[in-house]
Order: sequence, then structure tokens, then C-alpha cells
Amino acid sequence: MEANRQILEAELEREIFTHSQTLFTQTAKSRQEQWIENLVKTTLLILTLLIIFPLILIVGFLFYKSLPILSFEFLFSNPIRGMRAGGVWAPFLGTIYLVVVSLLVATPIGVLAAVYLNEYARNNWATRITNLAVVNLAGVPSIVHALFGLGAFVLFARMGRSILAASLTLAIMTLPVIIASTKEALGAVPMAFREACWNVGASRWQTIRQIVLPNSTSGILTGIILQVSRAAGETAPIMFTGAIFFKALDEGNIFAYNIFDQCMALSMHLFTISTQVPDVPEALPYGTAVVLLGAVLLINAVAILFRVYFRSRKKW
Amino acid sequence: MNAGAEAKYEGNGGRIYSIETNRLNFWYGDFQALIDISISIPDGLITGLIGPSGCGKSTLLRCFNRVNERYGNVTTTGEIKIMGKNIYDSDVSLPELRKAVGMVFQRPNPLPISVYENIIFGARIHSQFGAFSKSETDGIVEQALKEVSLWEDLKDKLKSKATTLQLEQQQKLCIARLLPLKPQVILMDEPCSALDTKATHAIEELMSTLASRYTILIVTHNMAQARRISKECFFMLLGEMVEHGRTEDLFLSPQDPRTADYIEGRYG
Repeated sequence: MEANRQILEAELEREIFTHSQTLFTQTAKSRQEQWIENLVKTTLLILTLLIIFPLILIVGFLFYKSLPILSFEFLFSNPIRGMRAGGVWAPFLGTIYLVVVSLLVATPIGVLAAVYLNEYARNNWATRITNLAVVNLAGVPSIVHALFGLGAFVLFARMGRSILAASLTLAIMTLPVIIASTKEALGAVPMAFREACWNVGASRWQTIRQIVLPNSTSGILTGIILQVSRAAGETAPIMFTGAIFFKALDEGNIFAYNIFDQCMALSMHLFTISTQVPDVPEALPYGTAVVLLGAVLLINAVAILFRVYFRSRKKW
Repeated sequence: MNAGAEAKYEGNGGRIYSIETNRLNFWYGDFQALIDISISIPDGLITGLIGPSGCGKSTLLRCFNRVNERYGNVTTTGEIKIMGKNIYDSDVSLPELRKAVGMVFQRPNPLPISVYENIIFGARIHSQFGAFSKSETDGIVEQALKEVSLWEDLKDKLKSKATTLQLEQQQKLCIARLLPLKPQVILMDEPCSALDTKATHAIEELMSTLASRYTILIVTHNMAQARRISKECFFMLLGEMVEHGRTEDLFLSPQDPRTADYIEGRYG
């Protein structure tokens, strides 16, 4: 009897055991899904590397080619001998002037316009058309902005070709993107914060000033940072409105330009020495490109520091 | 409930109402959310507002400090009197109105600043810059936190971010930040629905202690809660006020069949 029971139990156990062997194992369907999963993952990885690879190549190549010429002296001396030698001081400072002045104009106007559109404007047809116009303006080619700047600032407003006219043109070009990205940043601030303020009697402006803006600063700065690179890199809008081929400048004096003067700019200088001037040593354009890259990174780095600071204060 | 409020309520001198509406109609665009609401909400008590989702309870609540108008295209007709004053009169200042009529929300919504700054926020925006000395603000913060019995828990955390507190503490803080404004009425829009039972109990207890000094109007989905804490109760359906009365009467012997169906859980 006892022996019988043991046999029975053993058999039962074996049966359960054999059954459990096939439990949770792969079926044809799950094997196929696994295969697709691996394929997708690998493909995406390769595509990502393909994007990064050229970037590293470009930067590496630039540095390699410009190595013989890169030095502090290159940065702080003017081009000489018909731009076939010397440094990039005048165009470097010109680019900084153009970017800074255009941001000084575009940032307050863009941010405040976005505040109006996001916080005050009612959702009616006029607002919707304005929003649509902002989005579409962001897609206007820069050469069109250049012609607008030439007509409006240089000729009509009688600014002449100057840093001011060129910066305003750049500002017009960057405004729509700043407005769009600022609106997005403001929209990301939870409605509950606004409600909390309104219900203790805060006006819209008190709410915006004390809660909404401080909590969207990092997002707003991100939008502005992206525009720095764009403003520094564009050649067309400044070519008609304020940039010139050559100007000798006080070396090392950061106040050497007057905003009513014309200026050199890195992007245009690069174009000039690569295509317009014969017999330029090979390292010169590469060095100029590295300085342009470095200037953009420098301005970005400052903005990124701000952003990190503001983001660390934001938690919800 | 303390004796004073009880006396005010049942005294023979007639009842005192903090909020009275007269044929109040309200539209969001073309949609009529409130239809001919005429109610009187007694002073110094907890009054409950019940009804299924979308019946207009929250909308009605938001009419009482006119914060509805911040949500876009709305139209209001009729009359709302708070402490006897029609809040649609032309001389009514919205910041002053909202100071007197505070609101607590479903999800605790402390501002993303410190506990201290949260409490003092309301007082600051209603006064000139530099109107308070440090010791005055310290006193305001301490008193407000004591009133909601958070002082012991938070007195060493005044500088920490309010959004990092536990939910129960956050909700109490949201009540505490109204108190420095010396409100007459506190509107609560399902203040416990994001909280667990223990926290709900704590908030209800707090409401009872506050009820003697402030008129509290609470919207709730929780029948049991309405029964536990409110003295009077209003039942709304599809933008209309169906029935109101003392809470016990409303729950024990509802006059309208729709009320009976709702509190017995046949719809909701």
C-alpha cells in the first residue's frame, strides 16, 4: 500500500516535471518577435552611430587641418597680406557683436510676445492666425530675411550697412523660433500652479513673474541657445546688411566696433578666404572654421550653465 | 463644531448666510453648465455639494471667487452674494474677492517654492514690497502652520520645497496658505480624492476645527464623507440644483427620487 503510494507520487511528480519542462519556453511566434526585436535594436544603433560618425570626423578633420595655425595669436590678430596670413580677430569680434546685439533685441521681444500669446491671448481666430504666422515665419529662408533687412533697416530706416542693421535682421530671423520655443516652455508649466496663484488673488502678471517664468527659464534658454548657433552661422542675412570683406581693427580691444559701423564676421570671412581670395594657405580657412565653432560653443556654454542653474532650482 | 457656530446656525435670530445665489446661470461658450441656481449657504458651517461627475459642482464652486473667468469664454447671469455683497457689482476687485474666498483643489497644488514662501505668497502679493519684516512673516507662517497642525512636522523643514512633502502635508499646506489672507469662505473641490484614508481622516478633522471660523463649502464624490462632515448638503444634477437640506435629512429621507437614486448608488 505504502509502496504503491510512493510509486504513484513519484509518477505524479514526474508528470508535473515533464510538463513544466515546456512551460514558458519559446514558441515559433516569440522566437520571431525576438529576432525582429534584435534586428530593430541593431539597426537603430547603427543609424545613430552613422549620425555621430560624420560629426566626429568633421570636428576631428577641422582640428587636424588647422593645428599648424591655431594659437592665441591667431585669435587676437587681424588678417594681413590680403587675408592670406594673420588671424581672425576682426571677424571673430564681429560675429560676437552680431550675435549679442541680435539676442539682446530678439530675446526680450520674443519671450514677452510668447508670454502674451500663451498667458493672455484668448483662443480666438486672431490668436490662431498669429500662431500660424509665427510657425511659418520660422521656415522663411534666410536670404528672404536678408532682403527684408536690406529694405527695412538699411534703406528705409536709414541705418546704412551697419552692425545694428545686420543684428536686427538676424533678430527678425531668430524671433519666430524664440517665440515658438518659449511658448512651449511656458506651456510645460503645470496649470495647477497658475490656479494656485489665481485663487489667492494673484494677478496674471504676478503669477507669470513669480511662478511661470522662473519655472520655464531652462526651457526658454534652450530655445535661445539654439538660435545662437544659427545667428552666428548665417551668412546671407548679414552679407547685405552689415558685413564687409575686410576691416582692420584694434587688436585685443573688445570695444573696437561701433554698432553703427560695418563689421567682419567669421561666417563671411570663411566664405571669402575659401572662394574669393587666391593663394590662401590651407590651414587658414580651417582655423577660421574652428574659431567659429569655438565661438558658438562658448556662447552656448554660458547659456547651458545658466540652464543647469535654473533647472537645479526646479522640481515638481 | 463649536458652540458659537451651532448657536449662530440654530439661534432664533434667523440664519446667517455667507453665500447666496439668485437665479444663477452660467455658460462655457454655448454650453449651459449651471441652470437657475438659487441657493443659500449658511455661515460658519461645512456645507456639502454632491452630484455625479460633470453636473456642475466644480463650476459652481469656481463661480464663488469668479476664477471661472480665467478659463476663457464664459457668460454669467444672475446674482451671487458673498457676505451680503453681490460679487458682480462693478466696484468688486477680483484680488480682494479671491483673498476672501479661498480654494483648495483635488490634487494638492503647492507652488514649487519653499514651504515658508508658499505660506507667505498670498500675503506678499496683496501688500506693498517690504511691507512685512522678517519677524512678522515668521509669525504669519508659524500661526498658519499651527492652525493646520503642521508646525511640529515642518518647523525644521520650512526651507525645503513644498512639492517634496507627503501628499497629506501638501494638502494641509494648501489650506494653510489661505489662512494668512483671513478668508471668509474656503471652497474645497474634492480635497481628499487624491489622498489615502488616513490622510482623508486628517483633512476631515482639520476641516472640523476650521469650520467654526470659516464657512467651508466642499464638493465631494464620496457620499460617506459628505455624511460625516457636512451639516447641510446640496445635490446637483446636470447643472440644476435638485435638492438641499440638513445632511441627515437628505440622506435618510430624500424628497426627490433622483436624489434617492444617486445616494443609493444607482448611478454616479
